[in-house]
Amino acid sequence: MNIVTSTHSPDGKLSDRIGMYREIAPEIRKEIVEMCHAAQSGHPGGSLSAVEYLLWLYGEELQVSPDTLQDHDRDRLVYSKGHACPVLYAVLSHYGLLDADLSKEFRRIGGLPGHSSPKVPGVEFPSGSLGQGLSYANGLAMGADLDGRDYDVYTVLGDGEIQEGNVWEAAMTAGEKDLDTIAIVDRNMKQNDLPVAKTKEIDPVPEKFEAFGWKTFRCDGHNFESIADAFNAVRAVDGPRLIIADTIKGYPISFMEDQPNGYHAGGPSEEELELALAELGFGEEDP
Amino acid sequence: MISDTLSTRNGFGNGLLRAAEEREDFVVMDADLAKSTRGGWFRDEYPERWFNMGISEQDMFATAAGLASTGRPVFANTFAIFAQRGFDQIRQQIARGKRNVTVVGSHAGVITGQDGASAQAIEDISIYRGLPNMRVFSPADAVEANRLVSVLAEDNDPAYLRLVRDDIPILHDKEYKPKAGTGEVLREGSDVTLIAHGAMVHRALAAAEDLAEQGVSARVINMFCIKPLDSDLVLDAAKKTGAVVTAEDHNVIGGLGSAVAETLSGEQSVTVARVGVNDEFGLTGRPEQLYEHFGLTSVNIAEAAMEVL
Repeated sequence: MNIVTSTHSPDGKLSDRIGMYREIAPEIRKEIVEMCHAAQSGHPGGSLSAVEYLLWLYGEELQVSPDTLQDHDRDRLVYSKGHACPVLYAVLSHYGLLDADLSKEFRRIGGLPGHSSPKVPGVEFPSGSLGQGLSYANGLAMGADLDGRDYDVYTVLGDGEIQEGNVWEAAMTAGEKDLDTIAIVDRNMKQNDLPVAKTKEIDPVPEKFEAFGWKTFRCDGHNFESIADAFNAVRAVDGPRLIIADTIKGYPISFMEDQPNGYHAGGPSEEELELALAELGFGEEDP
Repeated sequence: MISDTLSTRNGFGNGLLRAAEEREDFVVMDADLAKSTRGGWFRDEYPERWFNMGISEQDMFATAAGLASTGRPVFANTFAIFAQRGFDQIRQQIARGKRNVTVVGSHAGVITGQDGASAQAIEDISIYRGLPNMRVFSPADAVEANRLVSVLAEDNDPAYLRLVRDDIPILHDKEYKPKAGTGEVLREGSDVTLIAHGAMVHRALAAAEDLAEQGVSARVINMFCIKPLDSDLVLDAAKKTGAVVTAEDHNVIGGLGSAVAETLSGEQSVTVARVGVNDEFGLTGRPEQLYEHFGLTSVNIAEAAMEVL
């Protein structure tokens, strides 16, 4: 694994911010398991793998605020792995972009849809059918070029998702048109049925994208310093860029990580919720 | 009125160029068929607003949706049959996302001729009619196709625009302005109503002439907008003439015939006959041979009218 290592000493300000993200991450994870428990459905595993880089994207990279969600010049994040939306809703809510009672509204009629869609404030992309986000992001980048605007376009893809042919059509388009776009593949190694390697192996991911004209980067998707370094490296170049975020599906909840599909979908039972919260550090204090 | 012939794809190509003089925002995409869809005519004049997406229809339609979300109308062109390869992208991104994208399906119907069954979309209207937010247009001549470009660029909803390859008679003068959600009465009549779209409209007019010679007065409606259907016009015609024949170069399942039958399902005293392809795939042949083979001629329409009278 070629993890991007720290090439600089973060100044106090950055390390303070990273310290803050580290404190927030378990709170986001708590929201995720509580939402899926309350709805008795949803996709916890792939949500838990996406916590750190989404906190980083909305905290550090994306120029969006509650007041600018409709601005033409806003940065856009295409969340293509939209089944794993509990994490997206929790992060949007944390940054004040979404005002919702997450556990009461998730997967309820009139509330937050089971796959993220633009009906939810802060969500750009109608997800639910995998493999389409990269094309959509290309369209956003082409629109920026046509209008002479310089907003940033990000896409988040699952690793199993790149088994979809549409991803490679889009990768070819972005390379051929040299579009300024940044994609993240959440390399959590597991998909709906089984591990990716036992389904249809996708490696070597970097070489495949590079062959389509992309520059690729890698980070530890649960380590904020590593994520920060990857984005620093990404920002030093242009064109289509891919970050492979090595993650663990279900992280760090033991009974989720242990499943062959990383607890891809389903609502945790009462017992599972209690165990998950305890492992996240929200258990009852010893008397 | 019938003075000349031109294909609706040519009308569309001319319409792109005409609309480009009215507005500078819209974008055109093709999937390696620009020469055939006439998107290439726009490419030659406005290369900065035309994109060749290659032979990748899924990519084209999802990209079109993203681009449209930035405020630019998009016309995404390919053969009707190949647009179906991007159906899920059309559903999820264009229809569900309610983006201002027109899916342009050229070379539709058995009129596509010698390329054979693989190239002849006879199910496309059925497919798109079932998608919420999606509107379906099948212009009767090149003028209508031309003018629809402005209509579809202007309003914000997604649409499917069905075009044909072969030249067909021009029925409208240059002042004609089609309106979404309406049908057009081309000929008044009191005994039976013939409702058609696309390349079948001029055949319905010919059938009405034949019927007149047999003493039957046939009303003819050009239903270029199949969704939303002008149900008031259909109901009024059905009540006043008592008998309806639909005619289309499309499967009898799911197309205009079905839409009209759905609209008239509450009308007990109206008889409806559907002229179309009877749920079978096309085959190779010249268009006129295929129209005879599949029973899509003006004679077939007139015969159907005599049966429902």
